[in-house]
Amino acid sequence: MIFAMRASLFITCYNDTLYPETGRAVVALLERLGVQLDFHPKQTCCGQMHANTGFRGEAYSQAKRFVQLYRDTETVVVPSSSCVAMIRDQYPGLFEELGNEKLRNDFAALVPRVFELSEFLIDQLGVDDVGAYFPHRVVYHASCHGVRALHLGERPYRLLAKVRGLSLATLPNVERCCGFGGTFSVKNAEVSSAMMAAKLQDVVSTGAEYCTALDNSCLMHLGGAMHRQYAAMKTIHLAQILAATESCPVEALA
Amino acid sequence: MTQPAPSHVILDPRFAPPFPQGALNVLRNPQLRKNVAHAIDVIQSKRGKLVAEKTDWQELRTAASALRAHVLENLDTYLEEFEARCTAAGGQVHWAADAAQARQIILGLLRQEGAREVIKIKTMTSAEIQLNPFLEAHGIKTYETDLAEIILQLGDEEPSHIVVPALHVNRAQVREIFARRMGLEHLSDDPQALTAAARTYLRQKFLTIPTAISGANFLVAETGAVAVVESEGNGRMCLTLPRAMITLAGIEKVLPRFDDLEVMLQLLARSATGERMNPYTSLWTGITPGDGPQRFHVVLLDNGRSAMLRRPVERQTLKCIRCAACMNACPVYRQTGGHAYGSVYPGPIGAILTPQLMHLHHAQTLPYASSLCGACYEVCPVKINIPQVLLELRAQVTNQERHQVARFLDPMYLGLCVANLLFARAWRFHLAQRLGRIGIRLFTRKDGWIHSLPGIGGKWTQTRDLRGFPGQTFHEWWAARDKEAK
Repeated sequence: MIFAMRASLFITCYNDTLYPETGRAVVALLERLGVQLDFHPKQTCCGQMHANTGFRGEAYSQAKRFVQLYRDTETVVVPSSSCVAMIRDQYPGLFEELGNEKLRNDFAALVPRVFELSEFLIDQLGVDDVGAYFPHRVVYHASCHGVRALHLGERPYRLLAKVRGLSLATLPNVERCCGFGGTFSVKNAEVSSAMMAAKLQDVVSTGAEYCTALDNSCLMHLGGAMHRQYAAMKTIHLAQILAATESCPVEALA
Repeated sequence: MTQPAPSHVILDPRFAPPFPQGALNVLRNPQLRKNVAHAIDVIQSKRGKLVAEKTDWQELRTAASALRAHVLENLDTYLEEFEARCTAAGGQVHWAADAAQARQIILGLLRQEGAREVIKIKTMTSAEIQLNPFLEAHGIKTYETDLAEIILQLGDEEPSHIVVPALHVNRAQVREIFARRMGLEHLSDDPQALTAAARTYLRQKFLTIPTAISGANFLVAETGAVAVVESEGNGRMCLTLPRAMITLAGIEKVLPRFDDLEVMLQLLARSATGERMNPYTSLWTGITPGDGPQRFHVVLLDNGRSAMLRRPVERQTLKCIRCAACMNACPVYRQTGGHAYGSVYPGPIGAILTPQLMHLHHAQTLPYASSLCGACYEVCPVKINIPQVLLELRAQVTNQERHQVARFLDPMYLGLCVANLLFARAWRFHLAQRLGRIGIRLFTRKDGWIHSLPGIGGKWTQTRDLRGFPGQTFHEWWAARDKEAK
């Protein structure tokens, strides 16, 4: 299970700041699989927060920055499906409106090489058994961008199915939004919280120990509520589950 | 321009509170939320089953989307064709540039008829132009004939959905309204008894009022026909008994050919009510001597629609066939119901349609009334990319803010401006991370979590904790590891 492949990690701004353990898990996981990882020290943000709040010019500068940083990179891996959705679905419109020919061409050449983590594992490395061990009951929250923008489909479930010791619970209303929505969670805090309450009811009903996802943003929202409500459940990014092995459990990576 | 708020209860975006405040009013009403969520879940599960049995569903959506886009590209041609055919069949077509003009035209036509009372088929367009309070103010009594609309009219309630406008009202509440307004003290809340009461009430209106108003689900350019689909048959009564009929329709309602109904009707009923076919589909073309209304008028309403047509992204809003699948799928609507949107058009389609009808002078909070989850786009039978239009409108709202002094008082606005400066250079971003890590310690408890934040952060911590910032960012860890390796 050794792949000779180079990839560059785009960690995303909020993972860098708030969830570095997710980044460390991606490094452990991919290096274990033989991927040679780079990290561009000048990376900051994909621009999603600005784009989704209506700050189009600002989103454009960040999008342009991303393309300029990564245009000569072989493969970019991103452990956040909403940021990949931003790059795939919103960059074209921004560059169409505000960019020039050169930027559009660079982007067109780069975008087929940008992958969400589960896409990278399944489609690029062709692996669903990453040799992980995680002896816990887990429920998977399929975030909206993973389901409806990236169409990840069975990919995360295939990865979870091969994790030794893991028992996967079925989440009712799995395709319903958790209510995070970026700045929506603050601009419409009450509605966001009502949506979160509905999602939490479904998540907690599974009796799982961990709720996992491919977006730490949803997990920050759900995990924050679980902590507030003293729920007997924790959140964990899928990368951390996949990185865990018998000799190196999740606690050692945290 | 400030106007006194109308005394009549109506959802008017000019006077409605901002969405977060409107939503809060509803979130505090557990009975209403329960009624809405229950109704939505029933419709959604019916729709899900019927869409699943249709193997060519995606092909139908693609066809309908292309058809509606084609209509919008050639709207002028098809409207003129419709006018010519309708006129040739004995109808009379009137053009209204805005709501005020449409109201005046309809009032004039009703006066011509000498009408003091009018019966109405359910029409969202008449609610859009606030026809009922206008006519009442000019001495013409309006009677809704759609069961849900009767409940709302008698109960002085506001619609909360475009297809099932009284879904926020439960059976016990309906009984109370009917008992009070129809003088039926001993009415039971048995559905059959309620239906019988409505039927008695309606029959008397059908048999005595000779003038009717309808909306239109579709206009057929090729034949000049008007189509109305419904569940109860009360619309059919309005189309059969009266002597005069006035149809109010948005200009986008036109379809090129009669055959196009085949595609649209398959999608509409399944998307709207989760039925294979709606029970009543009525089509009429001009007048037929000795059968049905003998005087027939169509009022074609623009009211901001041509302005939408000119904008390439927002234009797709006009593809809408008002099936309400987007609101049934929307997790925001599921929590808030329709009233929070402060418009007769709620839900995701309302969040893009209403601000545009208001030329973005009102309802600027509606484009933000979405988590951008994309469920609306996924179910839309004519493939309106609602999240894309929401983002376009958000950009326009932000551009309005850029010229307002008040933006300096908006922490979200300022925060995003600062964030933009930080993200432009990695060193600035890294410095901010370090400063933030120190600053946040003030609010971090011993358990390593933040339970309460001041200012806009308090919006987060009112229901959610936030884990304290880790001592090392990822890039710091990477740099340290790199150094070690060397």
